[in-house]
Amino acid sequence: MSNLNTPQTNVLARRWADVAADNQRTAQTSNLDLRLTDTCLRDGSHHKRHQFVPQEVRDIVGALDAAGIPVIEVTHGDGLGGSSFNYGFSRTPEQELIKLAAETAKRAKIAFLMLPGVGTKDDIREAQDNGGQICRIATHCTEADTSRQHFTLARELGLETVGFLMMSHTQPPEVLAKQARIMVDAGCQCVYVVDSAGALIMEGVGDRVSAVLAEIDGEATVGFHGHENLGLGVANTVVAARAGATQIDGSVRRFGAGAGNTPLEAFIGVADKLGWSTGVDFLQIVDAAEDVVRPAMPEECTLNRMTLMMGYAGVYSSFLKHAGNAADRYGVSGAEILLEAGARKLIGGQEDQLIDIALMLKAKQDANA
Amino acid sequence: MTKATAAIVGPGNIGTDLLYKLLRSDVIEPRWMIGVDPASEGLKLAADQGLISTHEGVDWLLKQDELPDLVFEAMSAYVHREYAPRYAEAGIRAIDLTPAAVGPAVIPPVNGTAHLDAENVNMITCGGQATIPMVYAVSRVAPVPYAEIVASVSSASAGPGTRANIDEFTRTTSRGVREIGGAVDGKAIIILNPAEPPMIMRDTIFCAVAADADREAIAQSIHDMERAVQAYVPGYRLLQEPQFDDASEATRGHTKVSIFVEVEGAGDYLPPYAGNLDIMTAAATKVGEDIARTLLSKRRLAGGAR
Repeated sequence: MSNLNTPQTNVLARRWADVAADNQRTAQTSNLDLRLTDTCLRDGSHHKRHQFVPQEVRDIVGALDAAGIPVIEVTHGDGLGGSSFNYGFSRTPEQELIKLAAETAKRAKIAFLMLPGVGTKDDIREAQDNGGQICRIATHCTEADTSRQHFTLARELGLETVGFLMMSHTQPPEVLAKQARIMVDAGCQCVYVVDSAGALIMEGVGDRVSAVLAEIDGEATVGFHGHENLGLGVANTVVAARAGATQIDGSVRRFGAGAGNTPLEAFIGVADKLGWSTGVDFLQIVDAAEDVVRPAMPEECTLNRMTLMMGYAGVYSSFLKHAGNAADRYGVSGAEILLEAGARKLIGGQEDQLIDIALMLKAKQDANA
Repeated sequence: MTKATAAIVGPGNIGTDLLYKLLRSDVIEPRWMIGVDPASEGLKLAADQGLISTHEGVDWLLKQDELPDLVFEAMSAYVHREYAPRYAEAGIRAIDLTPAAVGPAVIPPVNGTAHLDAENVNMITCGGQATIPMVYAVSRVAPVPYAEIVASVSSASAGPGTRANIDEFTRTTSRGVREIGGAVDGKAIIILNPAEPPMIMRDTIFCAVAADADREAIAQSIHDMERAVQAYVPGYRLLQEPQFDDASEATRGHTKVSIFVEVEGAGDYLPPYAGNLDIMTAAATKVGEDIARTLLSKRRLAGGAR
């Protein structure tokens, strides 16, 4: 923390020490300023169309673990039970991949994601049996009360818990703070402000993180999960950390939905420059990005017409591939599908409605022909 | 004609909406509204309609000299599990709108007449009522190894019961997709969308069928089912023609049938966007009326013999 002497960073350091004590973390990681979670193998599952094979998981977990990434998330992109017509079927069952990741990691903890309404408590139990240690429970940012039973169970099982307030750009800071309170009261140990659409712009991140922190400070920590759809992943994450977020998500090589997640290797470099300790070796993670993660990616995650539209219209990042599929199938514009998804205020999970939108656009197109 | 008498247990959104539907019934007379909170708006509305309203719960009802023929349970699964044996003991037929699943599940256009003599029937979930008819529409024409339903409802229409136990929704609905819909394997997903103004309930039904399944027959069966559901839920409609996607790796080698439905409520008590609750109360009314007709005709026969 030597380079930053603002009061916020003092809070940040103190809070991390508290949580570390709570969670009986190893001495090795307890003095970190920021705890990073890589989500290549979960958010990246969207970009990969859920086609991970065991060897890729083994290689990526091995490389990230060796570089010092403390938490690695592995699940179907839409969380436990996500393998479906609606979200895409997994090539390899996710529970098998979680098991493999847990067997491969020497230091890192394996996290898994679950969305109430998609996965169930039974899925959580199975993921723990397979070696998952951190249960991340995600709801739309106004629906936190659907997660209570899952937090209760996760804590009973002795899992570490994280809550995801998805699509945080759609609600003002005070609403997020109230929703964070619901999660924490239910047993959540860290609430993430999740910019699912990559639509937040720096101050918007800072205000939300601050409001959530003010509400739950002393009881739980705050995290931030960013996307690159407006090119602000790293910048937004720096603002989040300055506002007091101590757990940070990203994906090496941006491997994630939409234009991808906050590029973790870039953020690690930035953190080094700012004097924030992450416990990750910059040179090693840069090599892992290039040599191990990139080869597992079908293509780079880039800013283009579709992904920019998502950030601009505030559309859930994992709609990207599904909108592309529907556009191809019905011969309509993918960008228009995304804009309409924004206009209809669709939220995460409503991939089925993209087909309805494509059919509506096609009917319009046919009528004008 | 004499009507069967009914008590509604649970004067919340569902119970109150149900009240307005039962008041229009030719064969059921709603006579009691049972709650536990004296301040309940539903109790007051029921009293205004001439019902006997009480906040003293089911125990009060069961102590009365005259008991109802039917009880509609709209309080909670927990309450229903507790009282179901006592209704049965008292000879009261129960139509259960909670996910308690004490009795056999009923979807009117699929197995509506199968359990007219059961002492307890269960209405599954709102998502189940909206989607299982369509799974059945496909499976009655072509084998369905796997079906999946996605129910999107407005946040405003999802009550505390649903929110506290969302796993119960997915579990009960997916079982209904299999056992009544006729799919070998089933999956259910629910989304609560907070958009304002609230969105009308939408449901998508995906069915896997064989590559050589008769698409025309499937589409026809789906349209027939739309009309069958419309007979008791007028706001139930297909949004698009059924879609058929050729078998591929992405569909795990099956042809994928996609069915898009919207359920607009009648607006009896809950606003029209709450089609999810309307389809529940409409289905319960339909099942209750069928049971009442059976009861009444038996009673007439018994009366004739006396």
